[in-house]
Amino acid sequence: MSHSLMTPSAVAGTGTPALEIRGLGKSFPVGGLFSRDSVRALHGVDLAIGSGEIVALVGESGSGKSTLARCIARLEKPSSGEILIDGVDVLKRDRFQASRAFRSQVQMVFQDPFGSLNPAHRIEHFLRRSLAIHGKGGGSEEATRRRLEELMTTVGLEADMLNSYPHELSGGQRQRVAIARALAVEPQVILADEPTSMLDVSVRIGVLNLMRKLRDEQGISMLYITHDLASARYLADRTAVMFAGEPVEEGESLDLLANPAHPYTQLLVSAVPDPARAGSYDPVRRAELRQAVMASTRCAFDGDPNQPCSAEEPVRHHVGDPASRHWVRCHLYRPWAAAGAHALASEPTNPSHPASNAQEEAPA
Amino acid sequence: MTISQVSFGSHEPVLDVKDLTVKYIGDTRSTTAVQRVSFSIGTGEVFGLAGESGCGKSTIANSIMRLLKDPAKIAGGSISFGGRDVLAMSPEELRRFRWQDVAMVFQSAMNSLNPVLTIGEQIVDIFTTHAGYSRKESLRRAGELLELVRIDPARLKSYPHQLSGGMRQRAVIAMAVALKPSLLILDEPTTALDVVVQQEIMAQIKELQRELGFSVLFITHDMSLMVELSHRMAVMYGGRIVETAKAQDVYANPRHPYTQALMGAFPPLTGPRVPLTGLPDGVKFRNIPDLAEVAPGHLVAPFGDDIPVIDSVNLEGAAR
Repeated sequence: MSHSLMTPSAVAGTGTPALEIRGLGKSFPVGGLFSRDSVRALHGVDLAIGSGEIVALVGESGSGKSTLARCIARLEKPSSGEILIDGVDVLKRDRFQASRAFRSQVQMVFQDPFGSLNPAHRIEHFLRRSLAIHGKGGGSEEATRRRLEELMTTVGLEADMLNSYPHELSGGQRQRVAIARALAVEPQVILADEPTSMLDVSVRIGVLNLMRKLRDEQGISMLYITHDLASARYLADRTAVMFAGEPVEEGESLDLLANPAHPYTQLLVSAVPDPARAGSYDPVRRAELRQAVMASTRCAFDGDPNQPCSAEEPVRHHVGDPASRHWVRCHLYRPWAAAGAHALASEPTNPSHPASNAQEEAPA
Repeated sequence: MTISQVSFGSHEPVLDVKDLTVKYIGDTRSTTAVQRVSFSIGTGEVFGLAGESGCGKSTIANSIMRLLKDPAKIAGGSISFGGRDVLAMSPEELRRFRWQDVAMVFQSAMNSLNPVLTIGEQIVDIFTTHAGYSRKESLRRAGELLELVRIDPARLKSYPHQLSGGMRQRAVIAMAVALKPSLLILDEPTTALDVVVQQEIMAQIKELQRELGFSVLFITHDMSLMVELSHRMAVMYGGRIVETAKAQDVYANPRHPYTQALMGAFPPLTGPRVPLTGLPDGVKFRNIPDLAEVAPGHLVAPFGDDIPVIDSVNLEGAAR
């Protein structure tokens, strides 16, 4: 049995998911012009986002979460797999580049609001342009004006700010403008790639609350990409954990963080600073977890007659009640150790095992 | 693994900052980056300075190291280190003071290491310059230092780009404690690192701190991390301290609205999901008054209706 055992469409519950990804893979060529080497950034990613659902994608730097977002937004061309919007494979529909129809369905909010707004234009320009390109302006200047003001109110900004330049706004306000620009085309799905990590901490919650509000009021589905587990828990209905280019665990956010089943998820959860459990760091336990992530020798579900378990192919096990839609990838399955080592991006804490990370070895 | 939260710091302060004011003086106008800030750090104490970008926390760190460059100017106040006046030191005294008495770890380890020298050469340089050891002796000690931060001594021959981000930051911490300074300034030491590595680095710093007994000035905007590590902490806003107390007290009972907003900015990992409100966009505090004691050891800048909070528009998105 392979991962078809539990297809994402079955996971997403009723109805066609707003966004569905099947077996998405992406490799980047490395080396010189004639080199045939490549590095696999994504491999066999399955993910479904239901209509009006917020799914968080968490993982450390190098785990492939931004590459996934860029593939979905069609800023990168996936090497394999399907991307379905409302059940239509957009990779087949628009083969070479994203169509305008696609852009009006999927919008992106980027990490850096300082870089994603052209400093030479007023705020009005960005929003008006989105409306004009996608024909959402309403026909008359009056209707466009009303729509602009409505957008600003929706994201919690004053309509006067339409005349401001980006440099006159704070980071939080700029990110709200970026969200308004995405909203202007009335998308079904918003991909938010670390939308709060460049913002000052005190305004981050405000942006998360805004995203929640948009989901509640307008039913927009969102993929929220972050490295911050606490904010994923706060915002997202479901959370998927990426490791070395593959989702290793997925479930309802509260359930997943309360009962992490994969050693990598456990490692992440244990590393989040939380004053409520100060002093919880245990180097011995940490070394064990690292070992389990990098070279697991056993899978907790091995031997269970109801659950498949395999070291050769990705197999998903249910965790707890199947209705909770919480699954974990078999711990025995390790796609490629070097990429895993890279995704873990660190060094062993145990001095007796110095530098096991292959790509970090100094040339002798 | 925690340092006892009770028995910290003798009453003898290592560092005493009084009424420090720093201005950035321009041709036409000047800005006050730090205004009458006072705090002291006891022996073996970890003191946290929390606040957001632009609140003046790094300016304070640079003032203590006397690293401020024009147009920044210390306009008032005093900094005394072990009874010596830091602001009156001669260049020769300063040279010894830096690194031997106070060492600093910066946010970006890549920028604080020289990319064309090996880690070994850079550590050896500290010993030969400041401690006057021979090259051979320095190399031996450099190896010991790396072992102290759990890096294989064979890595002395590595260049910075051959190390991972976490290892680089460890190497920088090793260099900082090389001369056994009595105060270590950590300016956002883990912001650029992943969360797993961050926790290991922080554990490393705690361990070194217990072993070598130095005091720490810990600067960050991550309140959760700060409460975990620090004994006492201060929250800064717009160049002023708005609240200072034991870290646990600030965590359990933040008094100033800004501190509450900062605390509220970090959703918890356990318990039910409750709506949080950060600081609404555009809310600013002005004319923050001097601190007043509200409980033993807990000082808060007075606030209220008479203290104007300006620009409190745009509440809608945040206070849902």
